[in-house]
Amino acid sequence: MKNKKTDVSAGVLKTIGFKSTAGNKIITILIPILFFGICQMLVSYGVLGSLFEGLLVPLCFYIIMAVSLNLTVGILGELSLGHAGFMCVGAYVGGIFSFITQETITSPWIRFPLAILIGGLAAAIFGLLIGIPILRLSGDYLAIVTLAFGEIVKNIMQNIYLAKDINGLHFSFATAIDPAKLDMATKVDILKGPMALKGVPRDANLIVALVLVVITLIVILNLIDSRTGRAIMSIRDNRIAAESSGINITKYKLIVFGLSAFFAGVAGVLASHYNMVTEAKKFDYNTSILILVFVVLGGLGKMRGTIIATILLYALPELLRGLQSYRMLVYAIVLIVMMIVNNNPWFIEQRKRLKAFLFKNKKAEMEEN
Amino acid sequence: MKNLKRIIAMLMAATLMVAAFSACGDSQETTTAAQGDESNRAKTAEGGTFLIGGIGPLTGPAAVYGIAVQRGAQIAIDEINAAGGVNGMTLALDFQDDEHDAEKAVNAYNTIKDNGAKVLLGTVTSTPCEAVVEKTYEDGMFQLTPSGSSVNAICHENAFRICFSDPSQGTAAAQYIKENLGYTKVAVIYDNSDVYSSGIYEKFVAEAQVQGIEIVSAQAFSGADNKDFNTQLIAINNAQPEIVFLPIYYQAAALILQQSSKAGYNFKFFGCDGLDGIIGQLEGDAALAEGVMLLTPFVSDDPAENVQSFVQAYQAAYGEIPNQFAADAYDGVYTIKAALEQAQITDASADVREIGTALSEAILQITVEGVTGTMKWTEDGECAKTPKGMVISNGVYTAITQ
Repeated sequence: MKNKKTDVSAGVLKTIGFKSTAGNKIITILIPILFFGICQMLVSYGVLGSLFEGLLVPLCFYIIMAVSLNLTVGILGELSLGHAGFMCVGAYVGGIFSFITQETITSPWIRFPLAILIGGLAAAIFGLLIGIPILRLSGDYLAIVTLAFGEIVKNIMQNIYLAKDINGLHFSFATAIDPAKLDMATKVDILKGPMALKGVPRDANLIVALVLVVITLIVILNLIDSRTGRAIMSIRDNRIAAESSGINITKYKLIVFGLSAFFAGVAGVLASHYNMVTEAKKFDYNTSILILVFVVLGGLGKMRGTIIATILLYALPELLRGLQSYRMLVYAIVLIVMMIVNNNPWFIEQRKRLKAFLFKNKKAEMEEN
Repeated sequence: MKNLKRIIAMLMAATLMVAAFSACGDSQETTTAAQGDESNRAKTAEGGTFLIGGIGPLTGPAAVYGIAVQRGAQIAIDEINAAGGVNGMTLALDFQDDEHDAEKAVNAYNTIKDNGAKVLLGTVTSTPCEAVVEKTYEDGMFQLTPSGSSVNAICHENAFRICFSDPSQGTAAAQYIKENLGYTKVAVIYDNSDVYSSGIYEKFVAEAQVQGIEIVSAQAFSGADNKDFNTQLIAINNAQPEIVFLPIYYQAAALILQQSSKAGYNFKFFGCDGLDGIIGQLEGDAALAEGVMLLTPFVSDDPAENVQSFVQAYQAAYGEIPNQFAADAYDGVYTIKAALEQAQITDASADVREIGTALSEAILQITVEGVTGTMKWTEDGECAKTPKGMVISNGVYTAITQ
């Protein structure tokens, strides 16, 4: 952990000092800032309606999810199908924390950062826990274990009963809390098994969400660019070579799993403090796969592409609402076409040409000016 | 310099993207507006078009409910418009898909708000409803859910419902089993991951104690993915109940009926409104549903005149018998009409909050004779009406005769 910290802070310094790949990183960080800035402006001028306004914060937490999953899938090269499970842990732990403390800690400026930290750490602990037994696994086997993990987390959360009364918290697993143990006059149900978690204070807003996106990007981009990041990528490229060069695979795998889970947890906290209800059902393998689709379409290991793909793919079904019942069909077709086109050699060639053309033009313009 | 150019390029791309998005937004609004125009085929009245927003699952596993609600509401709206509208206004429906997901339901709500909806008929399913009710409360929009049955689905003063609440169904089922059917040994199969099912189950257990019903076996399963109920059926068979209570949706119930018949068991089944649709789900095995009893507010073969005219109109338009969800939606639109008349709202362009406040007061004063019974509302948003006990015989729902 100590190593990572110094790497990150060195990375941040490097960013400020504009060295090596810093420019590229700044662009990647600027994309969401500009996108959300422009959108928020258009929303406040009434150009974009409340549908778009309502999409902005969810977009932020899906970006955090996709970028953190890309760290596992793209940089470490291990397929994880249980990313929504970490989000679930974060959403529930952070949400319950805020629910319980909303009367004692009244300022959201103190409560929400605490909730984020606690939710993120809880998810990170789960990430490390799952990281330890699966260190020997890779490829399909690891994918299956992570898939199972996500489902286990979902099922555990669906069976928790938690209530608060004057005597404190009461917890029960799989069966409802015995009413005799509760002080009925002051009883407040927090979690009732499969019932959704409701009543979490709505602390999240676009500014906070955007700040979290930027923090996530800074940490992950600098991690990739650091010594640690290079070690992680060497594990992806050739495990045996990396091991024989003295790279501690266990350590680096755990760093990636922990960090990736931490940010997924942060995204979960953001989600539970923005959405009106949080339902464990929501965090099933469909959500994990959805995030994986964002990552794959955006490009494995490519954070900028992931951000753009997340924005496009999450907003698309909402913007297709005008098509009524053909909406999901069109969405699926667009998805297939995008996947094929994105990997088509001819298309890639054209894209490069277009890029060259654009940049050449601008160069000429600038010289004229 | 190279970086600067890149930044400029990205900026341009971002602007382009935003432009593309806003263009999408615009075109979408026009299409919905066009559809709105299309749907009120009747003459446009002076008061303008009063847009009713609807939200429900049109895709995904719960789509059957959303589609039924959309169709039921559309029939009522067409009827009302053909008869001259409400207070000089024409009604129109803007129904958006929520995929049975709370997050998408909020997006759908924002869409109908953008499209200019003044009241909300929805949402169809409970959990999305719990999320949307917070948004309508914020905006002061009047919300009437046809079928969102969980307690929290209408937790604010602007929200009302047509259907029974989950707890009231559990209580009513226990009372009905004891008082009308006279059984005291009951087994239950319920879905512990589902709000609807566990909500009913919890209250059923509580009321069963009061009624002196013995629950000989309570078997839980988890989620709609569960396809094998043999373990639960064996356990129930060992407990020898007089009747099996199924507070679940019809998809799982159909599997239970099939597997129970295959295993040679001969249980009597009793369910709630979620069992509505089971005959269609069983397809070739429809005979298995014979003798299944359920508590529901609506039956399509009720000889009452309003029920029959609704069933015929629905059949003519969509070629199928309406289920209870369609009936709830149909009543929902007529309730909105009655409340609009009571509140004397004549301007379709009035403020959402104004309309919302007026309607929330008006609905408490009216009584609506609907296809699901005679309805009156209380301040907590609940609708008072009596459930009818139904039994499936010869493939149709008929009232249980003692």
